Order: sequence, then structure tokens, then C-alpha cells
Amino acid sequence: MALSATGLDLRSEASALFRRKRLISIGLPVLVLAYFVYIFFSFDIAGIAERARPDNARILLSDTYSFKTHVTRNNRSGDFTVAIEGETKGTYATGVAPDWVSLNGDDADVRLDDGSLVRFRGDMVIVDLPDFGTIELISAGGDIELNLPTDEVPEWISASATRVSLTLPAGRVQVTRSKSEVFRYEGGWELFFFTLDSPFHGRSFAELASLAMSPEEVVPGKPNVVAMVEGFWTNTMWRHGDVFWALCETVLMAFLGTFGAGMIALPIAFLAASNFTPARPLRFAMRRIFDFLRGVDGLIWTIILSRAFGPGPMTGALAILLTDTGSFGKLFSEALENVDDKQIEGVRSTGANALQRHRFGVMPQIVPVLISQLLYYFESNTRSATVIGAIVGGGIGLLLTQAISTQKDWEEVTYYIVLIVLMVMAMDTLSGWLRRALIKGGQ
Amino acid sequence: MSDVAISGPTAPQPPDLRASYLRDLQRRRLYSGLLLALFALLFVSGFMLADDRNAGGFWDGLPKIFDFPSELVAEAVEKSANLPAHFVRYFPSLLETINIAAASTLVGAILASVISMLATRGLARWPALIPVFRRVMDIMRAVPEVVIALVLIFVLGGGPVAAMIAIAFHTTGALGKLFSEVNENADLRPVEGLASVGSTWTQRMWFAVLPQVAPNYLSYGLMRFEINIRASAILGFVGSGGIGYDLRNAMSWGKGRYDEVAAIFILLLTTIVIVDQLSSHYRNRLVRGV
Repeated sequence: MALSATGLDLRSEASALFRRKRLISIGLPVLVLAYFVYIFFSFDIAGIAERARPDNARILLSDTYSFKTHVTRNNRSGDFTVAIEGETKGTYATGVAPDWVSLNGDDADVRLDDGSLVRFRGDMVIVDLPDFGTIELISAGGDIELNLPTDEVPEWISASATRVSLTLPAGRVQVTRSKSEVFRYEGGWELFFFTLDSPFHGRSFAELASLAMSPEEVVPGKPNVVAMVEGFWTNTMWRHGDVFWALCETVLMAFLGTFGAGMIALPIAFLAASNFTPARPLRFAMRRIFDFLRGVDGLIWTIILSRAFGPGPMTGALAILLTDTGSFGKLFSEALENVDDKQIEGVRSTGANALQRHRFGVMPQIVPVLISQLLYYFESNTRSATVIGAIVGGGIGLLLTQAISTQKDWEEVTYYIVLIVLMVMAMDTLSGWLRRALIKGGQ
Repeated sequence: MSDVAISGPTAPQPPDLRASYLRDLQRRRLYSGLLLALFALLFVSGFMLADDRNAGGFWDGLPKIFDFPSELVAEAVEKSANLPAHFVRYFPSLLETINIAAASTLVGAILASVISMLATRGLARWPALIPVFRRVMDIMRAVPEVVIALVLIFVLGGGPVAAMIAIAFHTTGALGKLFSEVNENADLRPVEGLASVGSTWTQRMWFAVLPQVAPNYLSYGLMRFEINIRASAILGFVGSGGIGYDLRNAMSWGKGRYDEVAAIFILLLTTIVIVDQLSSHYRNRLVRGV
């Protein structure tokens, strides 16, 4: 009788449990789905299709792996300029041009990669396309004249009285009243190693290697290797040196913030640990201070601090320091509360004073926890320092936001992103290696 | 004579041991000392470098550290009648910030659970690709949110979606690593049991692995949600969307409008504290299994 009753109980209990589990296993996905539907409307994801700018995406993508060189004829003076990305820093000296441009006085020939040829003849631009024919653009004084081999205008030509532009597979031709331009697309990152004014520009890798070995000095007074490194380091287009220092600044922010926080938090953590501080109100106060430092977000600290210290890496480091003092205080005091008393007793039994008891009884127990937490935070703060740098204006975060805000230097943005990812991964490896070396070595 | 014979081979040993112990100790002390000295040198020189590169110096700024907070508080107290109206005004943006964090945590957690299973030995669908998925997670984890957010704002034209995708991307990598550690401790017997009755990979993961790892996943997910709320506020400040954007606008008005800044600070702080408390409460329950 009693047995079957408990059996019945067990059975109903089990089926209740099953019902609950089934409810959860169906209800949870439904809830998540419902939330996503809400998000879909709340974030207006349907409207993104209209707001999104696919042309921007195309510019961004093509810019990350290719660059364009502008060959420009000033239609008023008749002068030619050849400039990479149209920038002053990338302009070839007058009369100098890459081998696919031939300049002779008022005329110029530009060969594109797909075999098309663009000829400048005075006020006339003649475009020879292998599988279309010859197009003539004449910009003498008034309206621009467009002569096509066919009657209808293809869709890759946009023409008006003041502006005609041809979008070709390997470039673009654009004629306005003031200037006629050819943009030639090429793969790669332009002038990544040496700028045009460097004597090492345009040389192949093998040539550079043999130059590095040879005693003959290209730049007088300097060994070739030194001149090369200098040329690379002070590259005005890519600013490798500045970028390197910006990366260092970001790591510096994380370093100062994390380890500064550790040094401040450790002594205070003793005051928040119940086995070291019997006074309850003091402990309570310390814990609330830690909660406050942690709770007031890094963003708020950054804003408050940049008012006092101005923009720069110190402000970022202090913002990290304040937030992490809170986190470390909490972590360290928890570690201190878990300390084994026997070891301290043992040290005390040898007649050690309070300082010695802490040094030899407590520290060896918490140092591994301490170091591994510090290194873990150091690594994760390198990433935060990138974001904080964007706010306080320091480090690689600043360079990144600057490059993005120009909306055209996407190859630089890509370069920075690659460097940031490498930096974070390197810090990850370094912190893992240090953790193993220090903790194993310490025991 | 016999005395010498006995002490000859055995006697030198104890002092030898002691000497080698002391030598080791000394060497270790030397290394620790050198390491500490190196650290101190790095720290001090780093401090001086950062101080030098900052617009305002550390020692000049230190006395001014309470200037802005006191201005803020003074103005907030003076115009405290405005605060409730500001709370109402900024509540929708706060909700957007929370929604960005929640949606990105959910998306990230779902993707992370799939990738982490693909990257765990014993569970992976394609064991040969385990290192590939691990690398993918490493890279996803290494990309700071701000990078993706800023690029996406250019393409998608602002709004919360850019921030959501950016945070979800990073979350996938970060949670993926934690999840795959959880997966490694999962019992493989249910998986084998299901495999023996001819289940598909998805069914094995859904019915044999997920019930085992769900509490830990949830706990990590909640922790990530805390972090993502902060990230979403910061992204708003740098890019667009949510309460961070309002905060930047309110800051740019400057003096005289600090009551709005104070209202946003209070909203943000309260949210963070509440979410932290709730999440730690539920995480404790999950870990203890109550």
C-alpha cells in the first residue's frame, strides 16, 4: 500500500518534471524567436535595405585590395599630373610617370590593364577599347562632345553637357570642362614600402636584397639597409613609424591601467576580506567602493577624466585603472578570503611578525591567482584601450577613427585592423606565456 | 682511520644539499628581484611617456579631477525638477542600448554554441576542421567591436544594427572559447547512444550535448550580457545609436545642460547595477543548481 503510494507520487512527480522540461525546451526557443521578431521591427531591419549604401560597400571593398592612379590633364593650362589616389603625397614629379604612361609635351598615352588605350591629343581624349571601338571626347571651351562608334549610349557611360564619365573594367575616364582624367586601377597597397621620392621606390624585392648587401651607397653617408629602414619607417603615405608608436601607446594604456589598478587594489583588498579585517563597517565600505568603481562604466570614467586631464593616453590609462581597481579589489578580496590559515599559523609559530606573516604566509598563496588575473585583464584591456583611445584621442583607436572619418582611406583602415588583430593576438600569446612561466616558476 | 673512511663519502653531502638549496634560493631571489626591477622600470618610464604624450599632465590634472563631477552634481541638484522629464525622454535610447546588448548576446551565443561544438574534439562534425574553427574564434575574439561598428556604419548608414552586428561578432569569438571549454567536459556517452540509433549531428548536439552544457552556457551568456551592455553604451558614444549617442550630444552642449548628462549617467549606472545584480543572482543559482 505504502509502496504503491510512493510509486504513484514518484510517477506524478516525474511526469510533472517531464512536462516542465518539455515546456522549457519548447518555450525557450519560442521566446527567443519572439524577441528576434520584436528586434526586427524595433531596429527597423527591413528599412536597412533602403538606408544601406551598397556603393559605399563597393568602394570600401575595392579600396582594401586595390588602388587607383590619376592621370589628370588640366584643360585650362594643358599640364599633366600623375598622382596615386590623387593625393599630393603620391604625386609624381613633373615629367616623371610610371611606364604605362607616355608623356610627350601636350600629348599623353595611357595604357590600361585590359588592353584599352587612352590618348590625350590636345583638347581631345580618344579612348580605344578592344571590343567596343573608339570613343572621342572633345572638351574645347563649351559643352563636351561625345563621339561613339554606336548610335545608342551604353549604360557604362554617363554623359551630360558638362561631364562625361566612362566606367571601364580596369579604370575610369572622366572629362569635365576644367580637367580630363583617367583613373587606372591596380591591385595591392600603393607605396606601402617606399614613397615616390625614395630612391628605393619601384625596385623589386631581389634588387632591394642585393642593394642591401652591396657596399655602394644609394643615399650618401648611410649604409643601404639603414636608408631602406628609414625610408620605410618615415613613409609619408602610410606613416609606419607613427602607426607603430600608436600601437605602443595603446598597449601602454592597457599596461599602466591594469598594473596600476593591481597595485592599488591589492592593499585595499585586505581591508575588504573578512579574515583580515574583522571590522564589518570598514569591510562593507570598501566593498561598496569597489562596486561603485566597477559599476560606473569605463565610458563614464573616460568622460569625467578627460575633463581633468585632457585628451591623450594618460586619460585612457586612468580610466582603465579606475574600472579595474574595482574588479581587482573584488577578485583579490575573494582570493584572500580563500587563503588557507594553516600556512599563516605555521609561519606565526616560527615567531614571525605581522609583515613576515603576510609576506611568507599569505602572498605565496595568492600570487598565482593575482598574476593570472592581472595578465588576463592586461590582454583584454588591450582591446578596450583601442576603443577608449577612440574616445580620448590616443593610440591606434585615434588613427582608426581618423582614417574611417575620411571615408576614402580604406586601405589604411584595413591595415590598422590587421595590426590591431595581430596586436591583440600577440598580447594573448604573451600573457599566456607569462602566466605559465611565472606561475610555474613561482611554485 | 676508520673515522675518515666513514665520513669520507657521506659527510660532504649534507652541507652540499644546504649549499645548493641556498644557491637556488639566492638565484630565485635574484630573478624575482630583476623581474620586479624591470617591471618598475617599465612602469615608471611608461607613466612618464604617457604623461608626456597627454594634453594635460597627470599632476596638473589631479587637483581638477573633481571639478567636472562637482559641476555636474551642482547643476543636477539645481535643476532636479527637470530630471524626471529627462528620464522619460532618454528612456527609449536606453531601451535601444539594452536591446542592442541583448540581441547581440543572443545572436553571439547561438553562433558560439555552433562554432564551439564544431571546434571541440569528440563533438566536431568535421574533425579535420577543428583547428580552422579555433582560429576563426581567435580572430573573432581579437577584433574590437569599435572596428566593425565604424566600418558598418559607413555601409549600413548608422542605426543600432551596425552596433549589434559588431558586438555579436566579438561575442561569438569570446563565448565560443568559453563554450568549447565547457563542451570538453561534456559526457560523450549520450552522444554515442544517440549515434548508435542513427541520429544526425544536429540531433546529437541538440538532445545529447545541449542539456548537459546549457546551465554553463547560460551562466556565461549572462556574464557576457553584463559586458555587452557597457560595450553597447560605448559604441553609441563612438558611433551611433542608443544612450551613448545621446550622451555625446548632451556633452557637446557643454555647461548649462549638464542636467541632461547627469540624467543619462544615472540611467546608465542604474541599468548596469541592476543587470549586474540580476545576472550574478541567476548565475549563482545556475552554478549551485538550485
